[in-house]
Amino acid sequence: MSNSNNYDAIVIGGGHNGLVNAAYLAKSGLKTLVLERRHLVGGAAITEELVPGFKFTTFSYAISLMRPDIVQDLRLADHGMLVLPLVNTFQPDFNGNYLLLGADADANFHEIARHSREDAESIRDLSHLIDRVCFALKPLMDNIPPNAMSDDPAELAAMAGLKDYMAGLEPDVQAMIDKFVNCSAAEILEEYFESDLVKALIASSGIIGSKVGPRSKGSGLVWLFHKMGEYDGVLGEWGFHKGGNGGFTEVLAKAVVAFGGTILTDADVDTVIYENAVATGVRLASGDEYFAPTVVSALDPRRTFTQLVSSDDLPNSLTEAIGKYKFQGTAAKVNFALSDLPSFPGLENRKDIFMGFTNLGPSIDYLEEAFADCEAGRYSKKPFLDCCVQSTIDPDMTPPGKHIMSCFVMYAPYHLSESDWDTERENLGDVVQATIEEFFPGFGSLILHREIVTPLDIERIVGLTEGNIFAGELFADQMFLNRPAPGWNQYRTPISGYYQCGSGTHPGGCVIGGPGKLAAQQILGDLKNQEN
Amino acid sequence: MPKMTAFHPRLEPLNETKVWKNWSGFLVAPQFKYSLTNEYYAIRSSVSLLDTSPLFKYRISGSNSVRLLERIMSRDIKRCKVGGAQYTVWSNENGFVIQDGVILRTDEFEFYLTAGEPTLRYFNSIAREMQLDQVTVEDVSEAYGILALQGPHAHNVISQLSKDATDLKYFDVANGKLGDADVIISRTGYTGDLGYEIWVPQDKALTVWDSLMKAGEGYNIAPIGTTALKMARVEAGLLLMGVDFDSSRFAWVDAQRETAIELGWSWMFRNLEKDDRDFIGRRAIEAEIKNKTSRWKTVGLEIDWHSYEAVHLEAGILPPKSDLYRETTMSIYRRSETPWEYAGYATSFLFSSLLRKPIAIAKLPLDLTGEGTEVDLEVSVIRKPVNVLAKVTSLPFFNPERKTALMGGGK
Repeated sequence: MSNSNNYDAIVIGGGHNGLVNAAYLAKSGLKTLVLERRHLVGGAAITEELVPGFKFTTFSYAISLMRPDIVQDLRLADHGMLVLPLVNTFQPDFNGNYLLLGADADANFHEIARHSREDAESIRDLSHLIDRVCFALKPLMDNIPPNAMSDDPAELAAMAGLKDYMAGLEPDVQAMIDKFVNCSAAEILEEYFESDLVKALIASSGIIGSKVGPRSKGSGLVWLFHKMGEYDGVLGEWGFHKGGNGGFTEVLAKAVVAFGGTILTDADVDTVIYENAVATGVRLASGDEYFAPTVVSALDPRRTFTQLVSSDDLPNSLTEAIGKYKFQGTAAKVNFALSDLPSFPGLENRKDIFMGFTNLGPSIDYLEEAFADCEAGRYSKKPFLDCCVQSTIDPDMTPPGKHIMSCFVMYAPYHLSESDWDTERENLGDVVQATIEEFFPGFGSLILHREIVTPLDIERIVGLTEGNIFAGELFADQMFLNRPAPGWNQYRTPISGYYQCGSGTHPGGCVIGGPGKLAAQQILGDLKNQEN
Repeated sequence: MPKMTAFHPRLEPLNETKVWKNWSGFLVAPQFKYSLTNEYYAIRSSVSLLDTSPLFKYRISGSNSVRLLERIMSRDIKRCKVGGAQYTVWSNENGFVIQDGVILRTDEFEFYLTAGEPTLRYFNSIAREMQLDQVTVEDVSEAYGILALQGPHAHNVISQLSKDATDLKYFDVANGKLGDADVIISRTGYTGDLGYEIWVPQDKALTVWDSLMKAGEGYNIAPIGTTALKMARVEAGLLLMGVDFDSSRFAWVDAQRETAIELGWSWMFRNLEKDDRDFIGRRAIEAEIKNKTSRWKTVGLEIDWHSYEAVHLEAGILPPKSDLYRETTMSIYRRSETPWEYAGYATSFLFSSLLRKPIAIAKLPLDLTGEGTEVDLEVSVIRKPVNVLAKVTSLPFFNPERKTALMGGGK
């Protein structure tokens, strides 16, 4: 056992949560090692130059503001964190109609008023109410949740405190939380809006990455989760990280190293080494071994509990819960290198319309039909697309004058009922291209390169089970007290010294860093208790 | 892209400063000339013309319009006669003010309302809640422009163009003609001076503007921007939403909300015991009156000139005077043994060229609101906080006879 293979903490997986976790551990003085299977860190948040000069955000493509305390604690700005705020959101309809929303509330009022003056007013009421909901839930997002299965007096007190806290919220905030949990996004939106375009724009937040339609129960919660991600104390906003989301994980990697941590790539962890339910290190597929009393899995719950350790060594209740835990990825990516910007009839030569999210999915009905295909085990013939032409905001993504367009595709179910993804890959690309062509005639002639990422590719390349981008569905029974399993929502595992810190833990997916940070808090607290 | 009001083609060449600001998504001029004072004095000495079209405008009509407005408005709409106008306010269930506005009653069941923030959906939601039919709330913001003609010579100007204005008493309203345009004229304004507000159909905007400017030529009519208007409204003791108070609709906590009584509008509830109006917020307002739970009262502050001058002279500088208008919060302290004992705050501050002294609109706890009560107002002198003596006074600061005088020669 060579001394150089001994560490205080080993983090398995160099996705953004693994890196955040490692940076906190290293900052506290632990000799920390990050092991990444691939040749580069970042997990699903990477940037790849697939065509010379064109930088592709293969998977994750935009960033909502990271929890501000993480940015401060890890001095990410010093390491080059640079989030370029999105300027506009563009929601085109067929027939030349569209919504183009930006940073000015008054201008947005008049833009929405073109479709409905009542909607232009409602959106302010609804946004304000949602802001208050996010504010109320902020302590839940930013802290280790209580353990509902424990009879430890401290946990019982925490559960009671949580109940009191929720009961003490203002009635309209409570009622809205109930709606988010119990209603579909469409149900809530019907109450507030009459314009299809407005409803569809907001409803898309309720389906992103999840196997729900806008009229399914559950889409309310997915919508709220996305608002929480945006919320950082002031009204949050989405942005593109300089150099794509890979640029961001490079910053995190720099922070890890600056705090004294070590990152090893091409290091595929095969198993966690443990004896008598105490973790002592990890073994790589190469046979190399690294030792540490603290081992943290940043992988998803299935890998954490069934691959890195043997489920035989875990309580049945946990293995059953993990067995039932839903991944069911439903999203794909199609990324394009373009010779020029697409053109929207009536708004030709308008770069500004692409400086943010371009949402293709102009009505609830459209989104619901796309979901019906998914329910039938097919990818949507007319998919919902969330497109980002990052080069309109960050010129370093492409050669001058050329563009990169990242398209997030819903729905593309992991399990196809009548075919398989290796057969369907190019067909999916064609469907996406044809959809864009409907909104932006002539799009096809701009394409220099097309990259298709199916849910199967996400699973194979990133390691996210069934390609679920959140490392597990953001459903009420898989969140907070239950993420990833009741009783195991506090980053610990039944194996002493073995922890979990991926998006499959609270608060969940998106590039927010919460799981990595809270897991570090738990680990460091446990270490301190052991000393005493 | 900001929108432009119907008068913009005339305003654009008149704006020598080329500075525009955004008011509810429309371009407006803060001032037209480099000399702001010139615009300010036009309001008090000659006559001024101002485009207030960015205000939200609503037409409420139908046989149930009175019932709806009675429910929404904290002030009794039934006391507004046909051909009359009301300064009014609407509050939420807890008695906190949502907005203020001026409502015109042009017919038994026809009202026109201006508001600073949109309220179409809110009014409609109340109508739906009440299951009221026979009432229509229309957003006519884009159908009309509004001009404010304000100043001692306002009547001399408008009477050249229309006979309909002459008989209007203060807060009277008439449907009338201005040239060939069908307009609504009200004897109202935001300056506390003699003046009229004119609702002009979009397509007649430019001809009405031109005819008013021409009629005003001999009286030195001046187009004015929003800054001169805001200075005048402080003298008139008129509050500005977003400056002197915030809409409770978008507040986070009650500390950001205020009641009509706290804002100095208790006179709206003078006859509350005698009426049985079931308006939104009534129970809370009654309780506030009965239990005297108002946290603040809105008052005027006259800053003592000698004290104001002295703190500047001691620092070796002259006190700043002309064009001094501020919308930043200034702290007020009790004059007591304990220095810097916080009492309240001022929201609007003006060195009034007309009244020759600094004045402010302030919120104070009830025990400090008696006429003449002395308090300390914190001002900044060469970047240091210094207290100056100020005395509580009732609003308005300036209330000329001509504001309400009869123009038709009658009684």
